[in-house]
Amino acid sequence: MPAFELVQPGSVTDALGVLNRHGADAWVMAGGMDTFDWLKDRIKKPRVVVDLGMINDLRGIKDSGGGLEIGAMTTLTTIANDPMVKQRFPLLAEAALIVASPQIRNQGTLGGNVSQDARCWYYRAGWPCYRAGGNICYADTPTAVNREHAIFNADRCVAVNPSDTAPALIALDAQFVIKNGDNERVVGADEFFIGPGIDITRLTSLRPGDLLTAIRIPATFAGKAHYFEKVRDRQVWDFALVNIAASMNVSGPTISDARMVVNGVSATPYRLNNVEAFIKGKARDKATADQAADMAVEGAVTLRHNAYKVPLMKALVKRAIRGDAAWTS
Amino acid sequence: MDLLTTARSPWGESIFTHISWSLFWASLVGGLLFLLAHGGYMLFSQHRKRPSEEVDRLERERAGLPSHLTRHGFVARAFHWVMAVAMLALLFTGFLPIVGVRFAWVQWHWMAGLLLTASILFHTVHATVFLDFWSIWVGPKDLPEIKTEILREMGRDDLPGPRPGKYPLGNRLYHLAVMVAGLIVIATGIMMMWRVRTGIVDRNPYLFSDVTWGLTYVGHGLMGVGFVGLVIAHIYFALRPEKLWITKAMIFGTITRREYLENHDPDRWVPDNARNKNVA
Repeated sequence: MPAFELVQPGSVTDALGVLNRHGADAWVMAGGMDTFDWLKDRIKKPRVVVDLGMINDLRGIKDSGGGLEIGAMTTLTTIANDPMVKQRFPLLAEAALIVASPQIRNQGTLGGNVSQDARCWYYRAGWPCYRAGGNICYADTPTAVNREHAIFNADRCVAVNPSDTAPALIALDAQFVIKNGDNERVVGADEFFIGPGIDITRLTSLRPGDLLTAIRIPATFAGKAHYFEKVRDRQVWDFALVNIAASMNVSGPTISDARMVVNGVSATPYRLNNVEAFIKGKARDKATADQAADMAVEGAVTLRHNAYKVPLMKALVKRAIRGDAAWTS
Repeated sequence: MDLLTTARSPWGESIFTHISWSLFWASLVGGLLFLLAHGGYMLFSQHRKRPSEEVDRLERERAGLPSHLTRHGFVARAFHWVMAVAMLALLFTGFLPIVGVRFAWVQWHWMAGLLLTASILFHTVHATVFLDFWSIWVGPKDLPEIKTEILREMGRDDLPGPRPGKYPLGNRLYHLAVMVAGLIVIATGIMMMWRVRTGIVDRNPYLFSDVTWGLTYVGHGLMGVGFVGLVIAHIYFALRPEKLWITKAMIFGTITRREYLENHDPDRWVPDNARNKNVA
């Protein structure tokens, strides 16, 4: 690994001070699952690494008026096993439970999972693509290997967001608490993730000096109908080809409210606004699911090797609306 | 500080990727410093135009001229303002994200670029076919005027006043700079249409070699930041009190007879609506 100065602050205040002092030279490390790939491959060479592992205040799950507040450094295993999460938001517990492998879930954190960088191998290999500050997307060329890449909202870069918990948090209308110096801002999950049109070098709205401290999930969808499904090439230790998260308020046979989000198809978790509007007030049945699935993939633009994502996404939307048992659970 | 950024291509070549965005700030600050310097100079120097006695004499000699003379026809003015809108849209969409205003800018940028390209093509045809094509160019015939202007700026008040044709020397030099920068930025911009999804051309990032693409981006960037300074200077001069008559003419199309005789050589430029009326 390249040499760097390691800082292990013991409190949020200390961490913010360090981040403020070093600005863009500082690299925030949560569980290290994304960080060490970058460092060991010598693609990223930060001057200072700020390890958040010593800050106990960033860990834990608290009740918050029927909702939950989850510290950014809470491990995925903790979330997957937490009784409150399982009871109120099983969607999030399921999403956390199928991230990678048990070892990675023991070390990986919720904050790290939502903040991780794109997994496009052209980018991760250190080539000078748009996301790396260059002027080309190697994955969007006639001969590229782009099976895992975007079918929506590509803007020069076609990398996708790889997170499993991100779509779940958007489906639960979560809010992200971000601190920078003495300032705190709370952004909706929808706004936390940004696409290449807005900033081609980042997947989130976190900027130098920012620290994601907690994620708040309101009670809105606590105990409602939830659905999470992840399709991947192998059933362990793999990123989603496509995953789907849905939370629905179902009254009798009718869907009265819903939030549906698909990931692995765009640089940001892709919220199905048109589907949500369409299914409100409709029966949760096959006919609704079939129509919604067609609507979900409107506007998809496929690359040479990823056209399979269109029927895959349609299938997942149908299954989520019908409430089929997710075969990955 | 590197003025141009480089990277290593997958084939091991060192290639240019962009200009350093510090050049944008350099152009912006340079443009603003020019305003201060020029504004200060104008405060302390006596602005020279044709002496009023000479203008009075010319007015008497050319009493047959209409009270208002056409400087820019409707089509020329429409082109100018369409181009201005396109240029400002290009600068704002290109540079606001650099200064931290984040939005999905690419689509607006290339659309404004196409509008600029179309307006320039139109302008080229219109100026060639319907206007006095050479009136805006700077050439050997202008050397005496350039020499006189320099000497007058150096304090030689005894030399005769400005004698330009339709366009003052500053206008023509500015047009030359904008034309060179504009052609480069348009040519490179059109090449870059093959790098993004537009729906107009089939995207093909391998149309040119990495080296050529690098030079394309650098050329586009350099001319882009150059335009920041050029546009600042243009707006500044358009708003200067002694130049407002030119700006008004670009809005309303005409100048007064006195403005005409004060600022132009009637023998070098005769407005369309003054032909055969230039009687002594």
